[in-house]
Amino acid sequence: MRIYSRNVRDTMTIAVLLKQVPDTTAKITVSEGRVDQGSVSKWSTSPYDEYALEYALQLKESGAGDLVAITCGPSRSSKMLTDAAAVGVDSMLHVEADTSEMDSKQIQSILAAAIKHCGADVILCGKQAADTNSGSTGPGLASLIGAACVGMVSEVSMNGDGFSALRGSPSGNERVVVSKPCLFAFDKAGTELRRPNVKGIMMAKKKVIETVSPGDLGVDIGESGIKIQAHDSPPEKPPGQKFEGAESVPTVVAKLREEANVI
Amino acid sequence: MNITIIAETSGNQLHSVTSQLAGAAGSLGGTITLLCPGGVGESEASEISGVSKVVSLKGDCFSSFDSGAWSAVMAPHCEGVVIASSSPTGRELASQIASKLGVPVVQDLTEIGQDLKMTRSIYSGKAVETFTASGSCVITLRQNAFESAGSDGNAELITVDSTSEVSVAVKEAMAKAGERLDVSEADIIISGGRGMGDPANFSHLNEVADVIGAAVGASRAAVDSWDEIPHSMQVGQTGKTVNPSLYIAVGISGAIQHLAGMRSSKYIVAINKDPDAPIFGVADYGIVATWEEALPSLKEELAKL
Repeated sequence: MRIYSRNVRDTMTIAVLLKQVPDTTAKITVSEGRVDQGSVSKWSTSPYDEYALEYALQLKESGAGDLVAITCGPSRSSKMLTDAAAVGVDSMLHVEADTSEMDSKQIQSILAAAIKHCGADVILCGKQAADTNSGSTGPGLASLIGAACVGMVSEVSMNGDGFSALRGSPSGNERVVVSKPCLFAFDKAGTELRRPNVKGIMMAKKKVIETVSPGDLGVDIGESGIKIQAHDSPPEKPPGQKFEGAESVPTVVAKLREEANVI
Repeated sequence: MNITIIAETSGNQLHSVTSQLAGAAGSLGGTITLLCPGGVGESEASEISGVSKVVSLKGDCFSSFDSGAWSAVMAPHCEGVVIASSSPTGRELASQIASKLGVPVVQDLTEIGQDLKMTRSIYSGKAVETFTASGSCVITLRQNAFESAGSDGNAELITVDSTSEVSVAVKEAMAKAGERLDVSEADIIISGGRGMGDPANFSHLNEVADVIGAAVGASRAAVDSWDEIPHSMQVGQTGKTVNPSLYIAVGISGAIQHLAGMRSSKYIVAINKDPDAPIFGVADYGIVATWEEALPSLKEELAKL
């Protein structure tokens, strides 16, 4: 007879929020006042989200509950969910929407509805996405769904009925404990990220992604309170001065003092 | 227009960025209220030029950081445009306050103009976005991107006793090993890359940093290669975006992720033995030399100043 290690009292659902972003090695070009998404050479899961996924898998494996991966984004984002399934996510929810002109409030209202739809009470996400670099989604969502919010997280584990996490603080690190409902926004963690194996990839192909629209979740996102005027490439720097050999160090230091006036 | 500033604190003191938030707020024109969580720095805050009113929020919840509890106390005191620092705690608090007020939040702005036309970098500095807000919003500002306000103010000081239920319990606090200046705080940064050869060689960067009061940073390649170099030192797309007055890159080739995080520095010096390294493309002053040759001379010259 198989003995289940999972606590039978426990019916928790864990959600990990993933965002597909241009790979950090990808070049970003601007065309007609917007970043040209069509020219992005490679799309990847946002780096901090990968740490959230790793710890979500660890929580699942320690018996905390089932794990659902949620994303809100265009159709290309579904590949990222299949990748997550290949490392062990149980189910996937894709809210298909173009988020590129949405404000934080609109995105959070969609994700809050998605979390409710999945019945999740423990949420893991990255501290910020590598495209907007904002970091608004996690804490904003925590407020919307009434969850305890822990940011700058580098470790999380089960602790009795609740969770214990390590978070960065202005003066170092803090060990904190919280109860569900709770949300953890991940910084880069010390752990290794797992890569899918062949069996995982084959299994993932059989898993079905639930794809819905914001409307299917009963969300009316309304108008954006933010109007993007333009995207531009960063200003080009004029060519600098280049010197050969360490003997030029005194010259450069003199220039820093006299031309640049920064030391 | 009403403007509410969330004071940034550092331990039991007001963080200097608070004055930059007030400087930026002053450029918008309007009545400025400054909120001091936990009452920290209330008297110093009341002397910041342009601030009309300081609300000192005293309550048990402010003894440790819980953005949910803090924002629950703070949100009812926020009106109009709410401004905070884009530090990790500033962003977390700003997001929670925006959510409670039902308004959008935009993080890490580098410029604010008339009619709430604002600028931020996206894709870690690979592109720049300008946008306008149609009404009330919460914004966070990048440190060192705005001029500080003066300190000849005389704001009215109001104390409010209010707390909220804390749901994040701190069990243990661990101080940082070594009290080096953080790269996101520093006006001068000297960073090392994998070209330093060995993490022990970062001691040479520390020596130069000590001479000029700089912070020491690192490239992602260095952080990924060596356990001794913590992620907190990483400058670039998955690390910190910085804009100091002076950035000195040593043994850093200049991968696109690194350039994204430091290209907005006012002046950039690159020291690299490879004359074709991409870092020279963004450097104001490039020195083609090994770090072994260049750093002793750099330390000596800087010590003379």
